[in-house]
Amino acid sequence: MADTRDSAELAATMYDGGRETGSSAGARAAGGGETGGSVAEPRIEIRVQAGRIDAGAIADSLTGPDAGRGSGSGSGAVSGAVGALVTFTGYCRDEGGRLRALELEHYPGMAEKQMKKIAAEAAVRWPILGLAAIHRYGLIAPGEEIVLVACTSAHRGAAFEAASFLMDYMKTSAPFWKREHLVDGTTGGWVEAKDTDEAAADRWHRL
Amino acid sequence: MKLAYFAWVRERIGIAEEEVALPAGVVTVSDLLLWLKGRGETYDAALQAPEIIRVAIDHEHVDHSEPLAGAREIALFPPMTGG
Repeated sequence: MADTRDSAELAATMYDGGRETGSSAGARAAGGGETGGSVAEPRIEIRVQAGRIDAGAIADSLTGPDAGRGSGSGSGAVSGAVGALVTFTGYCRDEGGRLRALELEHYPGMAEKQMKKIAAEAAVRWPILGLAAIHRYGLIAPGEEIVLVACTSAHRGAAFEAASFLMDYMKTSAPFWKREHLVDGTTGGWVEAKDTDEAAADRWHRL
Repeated sequence: MKLAYFAWVRERIGIAEEEVALPAGVVTVSDLLLWLKGRGETYDAALQAPEIIRVAIDHEHVDHSEPLAGAREIALFPPMTGG
């Protein structure tokens, strides 16, 4: 019987400097085939909110049996199946002191729907155990977080890749738009979409 | 049918949403963009380059060739810049 964990490890080769053997394309195909059978339904949490994102609480909820208390000594209960947690947080920059805030506009309803769709696709492609994608809207000051994705899996490969995939697709297909608010009190322009973001999302079609 | 606008499309048109009755002959998303563009200065300003406008029908992304039949809500917006 093929091992899901090995598939996840193989899928990590492109980020791992190729130390492990095997092609990433083959690994993904094997991993995808395994998810339905041997891995339980992943826990998926999608949120669109104005308030701050508590990355620690999200990590706890994905790694603990429930959002249990991990005391300062690092003895928090971690589910036995989870071997890897990858989180990514995107922050608001001040763009060299020019920016007072970013304003995030979104399309309520569609934003959540598209994020769920991207999450479901990630869950099909990688043997992930849990996944959270949280995006803020409204005025966000430099230094504050805009978006967080977190993925858990048995081995790091799936968690790294799924998190990266989620971010790439969130940027190009979740309906959010950024507008700059400048330190002089004026409203700047809408942030332009980048071709590099499209290219980043596109590469997942080629794997 | 309900039309919803976001970001600079909303700003240029000057409203966030509206109800419209589509004239006969407006069958696809492309037809809709062309028809809207002709509705006045603000629409024309928003739809200068219709090919870059992204469109969603009932919260799903669609191509400009997509038929409009059966749509409840059609949204027009610029390329997304979240994340």
